[in-house]
Amino acid sequence: MLPVIAFYVLSATAVGAAFMVIAARNPVHSVMYLITTFFAAAGLFVLMGAEFLALLLIMVYVGAVAVLFMFVVMMLDVDFVEMKRGALQHAPMGIVVGGVLLTEMILVGAASLTQSDGGVKFPEDGTSNLEAIGNVLYTDYAFFFEGVGLVLLVAMIGAIVLTLRRRDGVKRQDIAKQIARTREGGVELVDVVSGEGIGS
Amino acid sequence: MVVFGIELSWLAVKLIQIGLFVTVLLVGLAFLLLMDRKIWAAVQMRRGPNVVGAFGLLQSFADFIKFVVKELIIPAGADKVLFILAPILTLVMAFGAWAVVPVAPGWVISNLNLGVLYWLAISSLGVYGIIIGGWASNSKYPFLGALRSSAQMVSYEVSIGFILITVLLLVGSLNMTDIVDAQAGGFWHWHIALLDFSNPKSLLLFPVMFYMFVLFFISALAETNRPPFDLAEAESELVAGYQVEYSSTAYLLFMIGEYLNIVLMCAMTTLLFLGGWHAPIDIGVQFVPPFFWFAIKLVFMFFMFSMVKAIVPRYRYDQLMRLGWKVFLPTSLVAVVLVSGYVVMFGHLAGGG
Amino acid sequence: MTRIVQFIKAAFFLEFIKAFFLAMKYFFAPKATINYPFEKGPLSPRFRGEHALRRYPNGEERCIACKLCEAICPAQAIVIEAEPREDGSRRTTRYDIDMTKCIYCGLCQEACPVDAIVEGPNFEYATETREELFYDKDRLLANGDRWEREIAMNLKKDAPYR
Repeated sequence: MLPVIAFYVLSATAVGAAFMVIAARNPVHSVMYLITTFFAAAGLFVLMGAEFLALLLIMVYVGAVAVLFMFVVMMLDVDFVEMKRGALQHAPMGIVVGGVLLTEMILVGAASLTQSDGGVKFPEDGTSNLEAIGNVLYTDYAFFFEGVGLVLLVAMIGAIVLTLRRRDGVKRQDIAKQIARTREGGVELVDVVSGEGIGS
Repeated sequence: MVVFGIELSWLAVKLIQIGLFVTVLLVGLAFLLLMDRKIWAAVQMRRGPNVVGAFGLLQSFADFIKFVVKELIIPAGADKVLFILAPILTLVMAFGAWAVVPVAPGWVISNLNLGVLYWLAISSLGVYGIIIGGWASNSKYPFLGALRSSAQMVSYEVSIGFILITVLLLVGSLNMTDIVDAQAGGFWHWHIALLDFSNPKSLLLFPVMFYMFVLFFISALAETNRPPFDLAEAESELVAGYQVEYSSTAYLLFMIGEYLNIVLMCAMTTLLFLGGWHAPIDIGVQFVPPFFWFAIKLVFMFFMFSMVKAIVPRYRYDQLMRLGWKVFLPTSLVAVVLVSGYVVMFGHLAGGG
Repeated sequence: MTRIVQFIKAAFFLEFIKAFFLAMKYFFAPKATINYPFEKGPLSPRFRGEHALRRYPNGEERCIACKLCEAICPAQAIVIEAEPREDGSRRTTRYDIDMTKCIYCGLCQEACPVDAIVEGPNFEYATETREELFYDKDRLLANGDRWEREIAMNLKKDAPYR
C-alpha cells in the first residue's frame, strides 16, 4: 500500500517539478525545481530497490551538477523574457528533437513492458546492489566503463588546456620556496658606521 | 496495529529514538559551543563567557533565548520563500546526516548498508543552504560569500570522497557499524594507527592511513568553513559571508546547522579513523560503556578543531584552492591506488573477500 | 639541505606540534583579563568619567553660572541658562549635558573656576534609551552627591600636580 502511494506521490512531484522547470519565470527557481525533480527520481530509485543509484543521483546531480547550474544561473543574470521573445523561430528544431526523444521513450517503455521480467533485474544471490553494479561494470562492461572514463579525462584535460594561460611578467607564489626560507638567507646584520650609511 | 504496511509500535519506537537523539545532540551542542569559546579564550589568555550560570555553563542557552526573541529582518527585494527556506534546509541536512551515525553498538537511528554514501549525499546537499541563503538575500556581499563558501565546500568534498574510499577499501563495507567493528580490539587496529605487529604486512598501511587521517581532518575543517579556512565569513576581516542579511532565529538555525556539521565531522573522524566506540585497549576497561568512548573521542576531535582555530592563521583563497586541488586531490588519489593495491595483494583488513 | 629539513619537519607536523604545545602553555597560563563585573582595574585620579555637579560642604551648589564650561566645550554638549536667585546670587536655572555629544575631553573641568563641574570616576552608566543620556541639572547634582567622596579624594590626590 505504502509503496504504491509513495510511487504516485513521487511521480507526480517529478512530473510537476519538471514542468515547473520550464514554466518558472525566475531561472534560480527553475534550478530549484530541477533539484526537486532529481529528488523525486531518487525516491523512485529507492522504491525500485536501487538505493545505490538513488544516493549516487543525489550526490552527483544534486550535489555537484546542480550546484554548477546554480552558480552559472546566479552569476549570468539571464533575462528569460528577453530570451523567449525569439523562441518561436527555433520551434521546428525543437519539435524535431522533442519528437525523437518521445519516440525513444515510447520504444524503451514498450520494450520493457514486453520483456517478461519487466526490464528490472535484481541480483538473485542476495548480494547488495552496490556489488551487483560493481560486478556488471567491471566485468561485462569493463571496456565501455574505461572508455567513458577516458572520454571524461579527455574532456577535463581539454577544458584545462583551453583555459590555462601562462602570462609573462606576473609574480607567482612558490610556496615550497617560501617555506624553505631561513634566517641566514633572509637577514644580513651590518655594523653601520655613523654618518656613512650602509653604502651600496 | 498496522497502517499503510507500517507497524505503529515500530514507528513510535523510532520517533522516540529520534527525539531522544536530537535532544541529546542539541544539549551536547550547547556545551560544545561553550567549550569552543572557552578554549579559544584560554589560548588567548582570556576568560571567555563566565557569567551565565556556574563557569558560564548556561551561556549557550542565554544566547539561544536572545536569538529567538530578536526581530527577524527580511531585506526588501529578497526572495522571501527561499530566504526562509535556506536556514531550514541547512539545519535539516545537518540533522539528517546524523541518522546513520552509530554512537554505540546498535545505537543508531538507521543502520543503512550504504551509510557512508548517504552521509556524503546529505553533506553535499548542505551547500544549498549556503548558496540559496546568499542568493535570496538580494545583496552582493552575501552572494559573494555564498559563492566562495560553496566553491570551497564542493572542492574539498572531492578529496573527502577519496579519503573515504581508502577506508572503505580496507573495511570492504559501506555500513558505518561494519567500519567501526573492523577497528575492534585495541588502538593498533584503528585506521589512524595501524600498528598491528602480529600482522606485519598491515604495517605497510600505517603511513598511508595516518596521512589520510590528517588529510581528512584538514578537509573537514575546510568542508565546515572552520578556521583556518573560514574565508567566506572571516569574523575579523569580513562581516559574515552568506549570513550577512540574516538575523534572529534564521541566523540561529544557520549557526546550529554549521556547528552540527562540525560535530558531525568530529563524529565521522571518530568512526572512520579512531575506532568509534571501541576502547583503546581491550583488557581491563570493559566496565566503561561503549558510548563513553565514542563521546570521549568526539570531544577530543572537537578540542582539536578548536585548537586549530586558535593557533593557525587564516589561509588566502587561492592558497586554499591550491591546497584542495593540487595537493589533497593527487595525494588522496595516490593513497586510493596504494590501498587498493594492498587490498588486491592481501585482502581486506576486516578479513572479507 | 634546508629543503630536506623542511620536508622532514612537514612530514612529521613538527611546526604544528610546536604550535600546539605553545598554545597549551598559554592555555594554562594565568589569564590576562579580569573578571570584569566582579573585579575592576585601577583608575587614575585623573580619570574622566561621568559628569557631576558638586556642592560646598554646607549644601550650597558651587556652580555660579559663569558659562565658561559652555563656552569651552568643543562638542557643544553643555547648555546653561542663568537668573539671579531670591537672595540675589547668580545661579543656573538650567544646566544640561548631552552625554551622547560629550567627548570626555575634560575641558569643562579645567575651565571651572569653582570646581563645580567635574568628571567623576564612574564609567558604568549605560542606559537603555537615548533620552536617559540627556542629563539635566538635577541628575548632575545627584551624581555629585553620590560620588562626592571619591571626587574629593581624586581632586586632593591630583592637587600637587596642578
